[in-house]
Amino acid sequence: MDAGLFAQYVMNGLMLGMMYALVAVGFTLFFGVLDVIKFSHGDVLTVGAFTALAAYAGLRALGINSEGFELAVMLVLATLAMAFLGMAIARYLVMPLRSAPALNTLLITLMLGTVLRESVRLFYPQGANPKPFPALLPRASLDIGEFNLRLDNILMLTAGVLVIVGLQYLLNRTKLGLAIRAVAQDEETARTMGINFTAIVLITFAIGSGLAAFAGVMNGLYYNEINFGIGLYLGVIGFSAAIIGGLGSIYGAILGGFLFAGLQTVGTVLLPFASAYKDVFAFAVVIAIMAWRPTGLIQEKISERV
Amino acid sequence: MLAIATVYLIALLSAEKQILIIALLLAGIAVVIAAAWFGVLEGLGATFADHENALGGWAIIAALAAAAYFYDNHFVLLLVITVLLYSVATLGLNVQFGYAGVLNFAGASFFGIGAYTSAVLNTYTSLPHVLVLAAGGFLAALAGSLLLFPVLRTRGHYAAVVTIAFALLFKTFLEVNDVLGGPQGMQVKGMRILGWSFNDNIEIGKISLSFYMNYFVVGLLLLVGAIILVRRLERSWIGLNLDALRLDETAANCFGLDIARWKITAFLIGNFLIGIAGALFGMVGGFVAPNNYTFADSLILVSILLLGGIGNPWGLIVATIIVVVVPEKLQTIQEYRFLLYALMVIAVLLFRPQGLLPRPVRRYFPGWRP
Repeated sequence: MDAGLFAQYVMNGLMLGMMYALVAVGFTLFFGVLDVIKFSHGDVLTVGAFTALAAYAGLRALGINSEGFELAVMLVLATLAMAFLGMAIARYLVMPLRSAPALNTLLITLMLGTVLRESVRLFYPQGANPKPFPALLPRASLDIGEFNLRLDNILMLTAGVLVIVGLQYLLNRTKLGLAIRAVAQDEETARTMGINFTAIVLITFAIGSGLAAFAGVMNGLYYNEINFGIGLYLGVIGFSAAIIGGLGSIYGAILGGFLFAGLQTVGTVLLPFASAYKDVFAFAVVIAIMAWRPTGLIQEKISERV
Repeated sequence: MLAIATVYLIALLSAEKQILIIALLLAGIAVVIAAAWFGVLEGLGATFADHENALGGWAIIAALAAAAYFYDNHFVLLLVITVLLYSVATLGLNVQFGYAGVLNFAGASFFGIGAYTSAVLNTYTSLPHVLVLAAGGFLAALAGSLLLFPVLRTRGHYAAVVTIAFALLFKTFLEVNDVLGGPQGMQVKGMRILGWSFNDNIEIGKISLSFYMNYFVVGLLLLVGAIILVRRLERSWIGLNLDALRLDETAANCFGLDIARWKITAFLIGNFLIGIAGALFGMVGGFVAPNNYTFADSLILVSILLLGGIGNPWGLIVATIIVVVVPEKLQTIQEYRFLLYALMVIAVLLFRPQGLLPRPVRRYFPGWRP
């Protein structure tokens, strides 16, 4: 294969992988602190992207046209709003069901996802149609042979890496991160050590949902279009990525996200006559991985308690 | 009591005016809540449990009565058939999830396998259509057996992702596969048994019955068969084994149960039931398309299971009626129905997490009290 084309595929794969990884990290964070799967995560992403779009429309209405400033406001607004939404979901839907079977939590968050998705479709002006998302990043690009290196892609990748590194720093180097890890490891012991369990859970949900909003804005900037269904798709992929990586492990989620994007890209390249089968291929490999490593690539330490 | 419920259902199904429907729905909810408040429901439940066989008989009569009332109404009969077949499918899920504890988030995919089987076999072969139904079940079970290895090795959330991945894979596969019609789907020829074409209206003297009546009878037979099968299974030692498996795998293993064997049994029986229901559903609808068998539809099946109360066939039927009929009848709020439906499930999960009719303790002899 031509090197330029190859580089193009790698770049696409990296962009997709970054988005999947950001979503997957959310799943794995929630699972870490509460041992629950919050399936509305993908739809929180949708709401985040639409919040950003609404903020953009608002700024335009106010007559502000500086692209950098607009983007900053959109990101901050979307992230904050979703952080609050995530906290509210955790407080009023997930925490009350802690003693119920895991399936109930899964189902209630799925249904909440439906509520969010339908609300966007019904109540956002013309929410049922795909919406154009403004291209706010610099559009400069560099042609290297057949490879078209776009500046906005590089900026997004860098931003994604920075976010992940920042999260890593937060979790491993700060007191808050220590508390989150303590709660994830053992809730009761963490409580006896004076950690405010509820607050930590809420903060974790805020962080995860904020990441989802970030991924949503990134998705909008990458495709220049958003619709009310993106969250469902990204949510399921993020969940699969978190699972194949191994739930509860941040590195696992990142690995899973990039692995899934890699699989899709490989599927496109290897099956040129039937690149439509790329998702079939990717999900088949996911099933195979689950058969091979039943608790994910980076395995959770589980011991059977009798 | 059942008679009142039947009349209520008939009224609901025949009501055309939206205000009337909403009023009927609210009245129904109010009556149930009031009955629960005054403690009538427990007594009623106990009576039902004591006379389960009689209840079954009356339920069949009630279904027949409802169908007879709507003998020439295509739309309502289609709705009733949908309820019957979805009930069969959720009974299949119930064996997997309610008894053996094997998660399956790809119910609609196996349903779709059944439907596509009937589409392909009816178009390209002249296999008798009763056998086609069975073939739908077998193929669904066969496709399920592809998943056996990962399903057996994984647990909990990890098992969920296997079936979720399968559901997405299946839908994408259907969409891009040209042989199976791609996104447009396929036509399915109507059912025909011993030269009796099911797609003609039945003429008896001057009365002409809707052709859906044929399918209704087959669907009802299927549901009765499925309920008897599931009930027998539950009361037998197999059911006991499956329960033990679900409640504590390790302990069941210590007592010498072969976990893999029983999980496989439950998974395949469940898929078989779902596949048969799907095959008949394909023929009833006359049309199959990938969009009818998405992950969201699988979720609807699972939520029926939870709404009805896991493990209780009667609860499942009630929940299926609610889930299938209510959105169809609420045309005024057509746009908002998914929203309301999702909110309803959230409310049930928050306030009655065990489902509407929770599974009672297994009874070996009707009427027997310890």
